[in-house]
Amino acid sequence: MSELHLSRNTIHFAEPLPLQSGAVLSGYDLVIETYGKLNADKSNAVLICHALNASHHVAGANPDDPTDIGWWDNMIGPGKPVDTDHFFVIGVNNLGSCFGSTGPMSLNPASGKPYGADFPVITVEDWVNTQARLADKLGIRRFVAVMGGSLGGMQAMAWAIQFPKRIEHCVVIASTPKLSAQNIAFNEVARNAILSDPDFHGGNYYEYGVVPKRGLRLARMVGHITYLSDDDMAEKFGRELQRPNGESHDYRFSFNVEFEVESYLHHQGEKFSTYFDANTYLLVTRALDYFDPSRRYGGSLNRALAEVQAKFLVVSFSTDWRFPPNRSREIVQSLLSNKSEVSYAEIDAPHGHDAFLLEDPRYHNLIRAYFGQMQRSRK
Amino acid sequence: MVRADFAAIAKWISPNTQVLDLGCGDGSFLDYLQKQKPVHAYGVEIDDARVLSCVQKGLNVIQQNLEGGLALFENDSFDTVVLSQTLQTIHQTEKILREVVRVGKESVISFPNFGHWSHRLSVGLGHMPVSKSLPYQWYNTPNVRVLTVADFEKLASSLGLKIIDQCILHEGREVTLLPNLFGSLGLFRIRRA
Repeated sequence: MSELHLSRNTIHFAEPLPLQSGAVLSGYDLVIETYGKLNADKSNAVLICHALNASHHVAGANPDDPTDIGWWDNMIGPGKPVDTDHFFVIGVNNLGSCFGSTGPMSLNPASGKPYGADFPVITVEDWVNTQARLADKLGIRRFVAVMGGSLGGMQAMAWAIQFPKRIEHCVVIASTPKLSAQNIAFNEVARNAILSDPDFHGGNYYEYGVVPKRGLRLARMVGHITYLSDDDMAEKFGRELQRPNGESHDYRFSFNVEFEVESYLHHQGEKFSTYFDANTYLLVTRALDYFDPSRRYGGSLNRALAEVQAKFLVVSFSTDWRFPPNRSREIVQSLLSNKSEVSYAEIDAPHGHDAFLLEDPRYHNLIRAYFGQMQRSRK
Repeated sequence: MVRADFAAIAKWISPNTQVLDLGCGDGSFLDYLQKQKPVHAYGVEIDDARVLSCVQKGLNVIQQNLEGGLALFENDSFDTVVLSQTLQTIHQTEKILREVVRVGKESVISFPNFGHWSHRLSVGLGHMPVSKSLPYQWYNTPNVRVLTVADFEKLASSLGLKIIDQCILHEGREVTLLPNLFGSLGLFRIRRA
């Protein structure tokens, strides 16, 4: 059995970063994890972009906590669909996040206090710019693939648009060319839960030694509903009542947790509120809302994608109602219209949006085949 | 093994053109075609395992059901649309033919000829035909439409399609004498009239 060769680094960037909003960030750190080995001509690098709540810890066991397994460990590793025996895989914690890269929790050099509400709004395009600077630092001129699911897929797409010569393959999974009004609406409910928490203190809660936990819990609960399919929830919880100790199955006629699904959401919300930063949640959901590469082109996605040179693999899941197959087809349609190289697979999976993180043989065989073909054609 | 109709279809496709293969299966035809001449091609396929085979071959493949039409593809966006031994598996025959000629400047349609004498004989003797071109039992065939070369010509005419060229094959050879009787595979090159 070959090794994962996990390595974690914090990389400092001293040069100021101009952001899409017009703000400039004077300097920043990015935490990365890498797996596998970069070859001599640095041509086997794959960048993995993370979604809302994930991090640089993509694969393997966290060196500091062996029970903490990477969020895409079923996809990436030795002998896995993205095989680290062949590819040098990079996971990067995005700017504005809360897992070590510079974000609202970090000290603002200007004030000596945490950025809090002063941390600038970051867009998907900004992230891609920081990732390109990271590639420069590592001496990687061109990624053999940039890959991501959901918000990560948006970053992969933005890579193909912003740096067409620096990306050979673009793997966009369970994603969308832009959020729908419904998607934005769910984000707004989540943000409002945080903003209206008395412990939020206008984003400067660090100074008060509190965390807007209630807001974070609610935000996660509402978000989580959109990650699962109706069928999946029916299967997992149905209308089962929460009766841990074999108590009576009569209704309790109260507003405490009554159904299993409630208990599950509370558990997810509680867990989330202990490790995730509220300001980061606001930033990341806003980055989702703002993402719309067609906007600069009069709403034409065809024109936004006109300069891409990467080959695309677009994957959607049949029961994903957050970013349903139709949204992926919009990307495919524009790529076809431009006569770009594209393959599209629609995986019939029951698990809704979350399916992109789960192991499904059709899905994983497809990714394995795509990366296998990539590997063969590079030889 | 290369299917008998591959070479005949490839002959009608010019190098350096845009090709769309509908119902491309495991990608054998596109793989064959791209080894014959430089073309830019996409396949369309519904079946998971076949989509996987296409990806393994490094082909562009789009997973979708042809019964839903070709909304992903613009008018006249391909030089040639190929519908190779797929027409007989689609319920909405007229719809798909209209879509094919909308998307392709030219199209190639191939299908097994039910009018071949052996098929007629079989039905005459009281059984549905099973042959090289119709290799299934009536109860497990993926084919949902059975047609003859003459039937196709009639439908093409009623849909206002122009037949530019045709080639009726049996055992890989072109049949010129009574093709609807002696041919087992019909190939038509068509476009909008």
